[in-house]
Amino acid sequence: MSLAATDRKPASVAQADPAIAVSITRPAPGKAARAKRILIPLLMLALLLVVWSVYVWAFAVPHYILPSPMRIANALVTDWGILGPALLVTLKITFLALILALLGGVTLAVLIAESKIAELALYPYAVILQVTPIVAIAPLILIYVPTTQAALLICAWIVAFFPVLSNTTQGLKSTDHNLLDLFKLYGASRLQTLIFLKLPNALPYFLAGLRIAGGLALIAAVVAEFAAGSAGAGSGLAFRLIESQFRLNIPRLFAALFLLSVTGVMIFAATSFISYMLLRKWHESALKRET
Amino acid sequence: MALEWISGNRKAPENVTASTTAEPGFAEESARGAGTAPIISLKKVSKVFANGTVALNEMSLDIARGEFVSLLGPSGCGKSTALRIIAGLSNATSGSVTWPEEARRGKPAEGYGHEISFVFQEPTLMPWATVFGNVWLPLRLKGVSKRAARDDVMGALEMVGLAEFADSYPRELSGGMKMRVSISRALVTKPRLLLMDEPFAALDEITRFKLNNDLLHLWEKFGWTVIFVTHSVFESVYLSNRIIVMAARPGRVARDMAIDAPYPREDEFRTSPVYNDYCRKASNALHDAMEASAET
Repeated sequence: MSLAATDRKPASVAQADPAIAVSITRPAPGKAARAKRILIPLLMLALLLVVWSVYVWAFAVPHYILPSPMRIANALVTDWGILGPALLVTLKITFLALILALLGGVTLAVLIAESKIAELALYPYAVILQVTPIVAIAPLILIYVPTTQAALLICAWIVAFFPVLSNTTQGLKSTDHNLLDLFKLYGASRLQTLIFLKLPNALPYFLAGLRIAGGLALIAAVVAEFAAGSAGAGSGLAFRLIESQFRLNIPRLFAALFLLSVTGVMIFAATSFISYMLLRKWHESALKRET
Repeated sequence: MALEWISGNRKAPENVTASTTAEPGFAEESARGAGTAPIISLKKVSKVFANGTVALNEMSLDIARGEFVSLLGPSGCGKSTALRIIAGLSNATSGSVTWPEEARRGKPAEGYGHEISFVFQEPTLMPWATVFGNVWLPLRLKGVSKRAARDDVMGALEMVGLAEFADSYPRELSGGMKMRVSISRALVTKPRLLLMDEPFAALDEITRFKLNNDLLHLWEKFGWTVIFVTHSVFESVYLSNRIIVMAARPGRVARDMAIDAPYPREDEFRTSPVYNDYCRKASNALHDAMEASAET
């Protein structure tokens, strides 16, 4: 019986009824498994907060050394008037830098992938820009650029654009040679080859670069602000962090840190989601594998 | 015998016999089909790679309209190189590739005045595009809109029996189905010359037999010219009405043999004495070619 079944298998089974294959290979994901995925991290968080609170309470740790989670939450609420605008500034710099990094990175990648001369002329300098620590460049930029905000933006951009550039370049260059031949055979123009073949092929690489760049843009926005030593109104979270340290307002420092972490996590989640939505239909990385 | 009642609607070129000698220049003499210019003509085509390897040495070959020609040979005999040169994907180091039939119709005898399609060993589909999108590609590159291409694309998909999979993505298909899509994409431009580079080599035997039959049916129906590269004696005998056996180092034509069995050929043909006879002959020719390759 099994012999007869395998005999007819090749093209005809899947062809005759794709629904059969689907129903066999897709068991409903257990609700218990999904609940576990949410519950366990939450329990872990609760446990951590409890241990933290008990430690602070039991050893009477002063709040200017380690504040209790409650105190940090309190600072977050009461200092929101200071932290909120600072968060907004940091977000603005981060996202503006990220968007510019995407535009610059992709444009430069296309240029480099399409022209050997552009590659030889530009790539080494992109690498130099990337490997030089941003903290070391920041003071110079501060001198040349009229406003601190613009300087921060440039710093964040320099750091964020490289992963986009290098990943997208890699993606553009790793196009299937047979497909390139096919396009040539059908007389595709250079622009058509770029739009219909190379860019879609580079998309997964670009998205991997985007995820890295998103995190880096935030880090660079913070580091650059440290380096710039900006102060007063219109400053970002990094300034509030340092200021809190100087004033030994450690609960507020923790609150600022918390906001930065949440921002980082949100950026990662957003870029991962975008990546999933764009690739879920066709790319291996977004495939759910049944075991 | 099963074959005798099937009336062949296609004849192998008369002036090629199975007993031709291993003369590289032989095929050049065989102007086929009285009065009709060959669709493509290779004259002393050589290809030397940058590292000095002679992939092809003075290969001459005329192919007539409607022929199903297999290039059969061991790896390194330049059969794929020859196909790429015919397709215009690679340039010959010396020699000429001309399109006499095109020339007759007042078009330039060289260059891209002709419709060629190419099927690779891999399905070579764009994973981000649906089956429809993949088959649409050759038309899209010529500026045909999705709406205008719809009928042609669906027609090409119907030919390979995949019309209902138009909206699927390649990863949802089996290996055989992907190859069908690839063939469908080659057919959508209604090519006059179909070049196939070991298209079924990566498939399991049962799927390959099925696709062999489908390919033959389509060829009989539409009458394209096919040049089919393979390293399988059985596949080449089953499909073609002419086999060019090639030898390696340097790549060259070793033998030009006609497979004078009528079409349509079905699965029964695989067990017929005629088929076995030709397989033995082709096998011997291949064996000789490989001996010759080893000597040089």
